[in-house]
Amino acid sequence: MSDESSDFKPSPDTRLALGQLQMVLPEGGLLIDAESLRPYECDGLSAYRRLPLAVALPETVDQVQGVMRICHRLGIPVVARGAGTGLSGGALPLENGILLSLARFNRIVEIDAANRRARVQPGVRNLAISEAVAPLGLYYAPDPSSQIACSIGGNVAENSGGVHCLKYGLTVHNVQQVEMITAEGEQLLLGGGGLDGPGYDLLALVTGSEGLLGVITEVTVKLLPRPAHVSVLLAAFDDIEAAGNAVAGIIAAGIVPAGLEMMDNPSIRAAEDFVHAGYPVDATAILLCELDGSEAEVAAQVEQVSALLQRAGAGEVRTASDTDERQRFWAGRKAAFPAVGRISPDYYCMDGTIPRHRLAEILSRIANLSDEYGLRVANVFHAGDGNLHPLILYDANRPGELERAEQLGARILEASVEVGGSITGEHGVGIEKIDQMCVQFNSDELAQFHAVKAAFDTKGILNPGKAVPTLHRCAELGAMHVHKGELPFPELERF
Amino acid sequence: MEAALNEAEQRLAEAVHAAHVAARPLRLLGSGSKSFYGNPVEGDDFPLTLPTDSIRHQPSELVVTVGAGTRLADLETVLAEGGQMLPFEPPHFGPRASVGGLVACGFSGPARPFSGSARDHLLGCRIINGSGRILHFGGEVMKNVAGYDISRLMCASLGTLGVILEASFKVLPIPAAQHTLRRPMDAKQALLEIATLTRSPLPLSAAAHYAGHLYLRVSGSESGVQAAVTEIGGETLEDGIQFWSDLREQRLAFFDGERPLWRLSVPPASALPDLPGDWLLDWAGAQRWLRSSADATQIRAATEAVGGHATLFRGGDDSLNVFHPLPDNLLALHRRVKQSFDPAGILNRGALYP
Ligand SMILES: Cc1cc2nc3c(=O)[nH]c(=O)nc-3n(C[C@H](O)[C@H](O)[C@H](O)COP(=O)(O)OP(=O)(O)OC[C@H]3O[C@@H](n4cnc5c(N)ncnc54)[C@H](O)[C@@H]3O)c2cc1C
Repeated sequence: MSDESSDFKPSPDTRLALGQLQMVLPEGGLLIDAESLRPYECDGLSAYRRLPLAVALPETVDQVQGVMRICHRLGIPVVARGAGTGLSGGALPLENGILLSLARFNRIVEIDAANRRARVQPGVRNLAISEAVAPLGLYYAPDPSSQIACSIGGNVAENSGGVHCLKYGLTVHNVQQVEMITAEGEQLLLGGGGLDGPGYDLLALVTGSEGLLGVITEVTVKLLPRPAHVSVLLAAFDDIEAAGNAVAGIIAAGIVPAGLEMMDNPSIRAAEDFVHAGYPVDATAILLCELDGSEAEVAAQVEQVSALLQRAGAGEVRTASDTDERQRFWAGRKAAFPAVGRISPDYYCMDGTIPRHRLAEILSRIANLSDEYGLRVANVFHAGDGNLHPLILYDANRPGELERAEQLGARILEASVEVGGSITGEHGVGIEKIDQMCVQFNSDELAQFHAVKAAFDTKGILNPGKAVPTLHRCAELGAMHVHKGELPFPELERF
Repeated sequence: MEAALNEAEQRLAEAVHAAHVAARPLRLLGSGSKSFYGNPVEGDDFPLTLPTDSIRHQPSELVVTVGAGTRLADLETVLAEGGQMLPFEPPHFGPRASVGGLVACGFSGPARPFSGSARDHLLGCRIINGSGRILHFGGEVMKNVAGYDISRLMCASLGTLGVILEASFKVLPIPAAQHTLRRPMDAKQALLEIATLTRSPLPLSAAAHYAGHLYLRVSGSESGVQAAVTEIGGETLEDGIQFWSDLREQRLAFFDGERPLWRLSVPPASALPDLPGDWLLDWAGAQRWLRSSADATQIRAATEAVGGHATLFRGGDDSLNVFHPLPDNLLALHRRVKQSFDPAGILNRGALYP
């Protein structure tokens, strides 16, 4: 991954711009000295760092509009930032741009139990919503592992998922309305007060758009009643393929678990060393299967799934019924990233999705690639919905290792696309996977993306250089994927 | 089958391209089952002749990929043979309903508030955009955040952004058991009751109020449904399946006659607007049908007051924009989005917003 955003060269009079921004922002709302900019130099993809021209910390929607109007007029790029936990460099600042932090938008505006929804500002942490509505017996379903830190605005921008999205959906399924400020500083409401809005489904379009279509200033989320009963099963396998077949077997039996996760041996060991969850460290893979519903229903399903797992070849099946044990089972999975962080100086988290029946094949290809590049890989897998997180272990202090890790990662993503999957299931493209976009989409499709972007942001000031590569970039990479070797309608102009 | 599909698709793409070059507007014609819906379209009739038998169901992946020309009834039969279903219970409005129309109109049935909508289950699609290019967005995997989510944008876009060729949906197992309960009460009471019930973890799969009764459906495992039926209480409706399908297909007596039919999409617990006419509440209160000859302005103002929007679904004044007017800046954005897919404005011009 090299960086394209540095191609963006507006020529504003920066002093003039900063002076104008100062006027619309509150006291202390504009940071310009290097020391105060430092905390904003990267997001969760920390191999990439850059200082912005300035950081804007607005407190009101008016102020966000003011910032956008100034930047739009002067052609200054704007990168929105939530909590900065993104893993694809989406919130990486641009040198000549403003980093617009939504951190001060941290209020839960309204909890509406009768309509099972909450209206929150974008800087509110994901977990804070569920905590606030817990006394009402409600919760917000999408639960990324980063939920103690990540913001709901960032979740919308990335269409984040969590371990429960097999049954309860991704962010896009759990958001009803957003208020957004456009590149020009206009305020829009997308979605509706009910379950849909009038006109095009721009809410769906904006969800997952990585800060390229607008700045989200308020989010109305859907709330669900807490399930009455929850059980978690842990099954150990000495064969990956058998574990994969067990997943297919559960689904084929008509059961949709609340969560269905797989970890391979390196991840199991790392997690066990870190949180002592009691995982079987000799297993080739473990499956965690959460079932929820009424007491009778859960009891019946636990029995059915245990039998299924055993028939699929599980050496051992454990059941956690009380909260403590359940949390222990999940603790290892939820801490998998930091756990792997302890066994290697650095790790690089990939995020491909695959059709589930290709799992064994992908894992053996990853194992071969791991040998080829001489780097260890630990795998964590949202098995229920085919979202694989290979964690590539490397040491940034060894010359060339980061580059090797990136090349290995790119090969894994290309293999995911080859088997009918996607280069990213939930972490977004950002700057990280911008080159792999050229593999997943052809030039016409990329052109359509750019046209959509232009419909929202004619000047291209919102997060330029991220998420969607230019056709020029893909052509230079030689990765442009052209159907049947020719461009359709060659007489038409392209951009 | 694959070859036939490609050939038919290529032919359509070339025709769209020719119309784009000539700036000749096209009126896309699917099976016609939902042609009553939307604003009048300008343009030459453009029949979407696509193969009618393209279904690729992968039960263990919970995915089906289906050609737009395929009949919805055929799709549902194939899914049912594999023990699965489209969880959003799309209305057919006639035996010829096609998958293309399902996506273009984006309708969802009574399960919507509990299982999600058509767009929620759409994983990917192939389209021809307004310049005649065949494009593929999304895919057959549950999670995919590469590029903008253009597939979901196609849902309910009424063919104004592209010709839908093929779509992939997330499907789910047909629940093992289902039970419908009924209790007499008025609409106001029903909304309160629904608000209470939906706050507890019951396996509800539909809730409606019609002709003096609250109707509730629970679905799931045998034991789960039994437990819920006992907890909720009420009279068991023996032909529950028939009731929900009559509601979905608008075959209940409420839908007879010529009075304009309005669809109000509102927060589910919001108060019943004070409007003349008859009500039927579906989607646990979030989709409200109103038979009323009241003035459109009055209906829209009352709906907007509770944060919703109102669509003239069937009948009424021909000269009226059937869709809820948008604020100026949002309408301008709609026009730019339309233009980004269809620069010459040839696809179903006028269907959504004039
Ligand atoms: C340990 C760890 C575990 C993780 N686990 C998961 C997981 O299980 N599932 C998952 O999906 N992700 C996971 N992530 C990734 C990350 O947490 C999510 O992508 C999250 O949604 C990012 O939120 P944020 O507030 O940190 O956004 P940021 O990183 O600040 O920003 C992310 C992107 O969103 C844009 N953005 C942020 N706020 C706004 C706004 N208000 N308006 C417009 N654009 C905005 C930014 O420009 C950027 O492109 C994990 C990350 C870490 C570090």
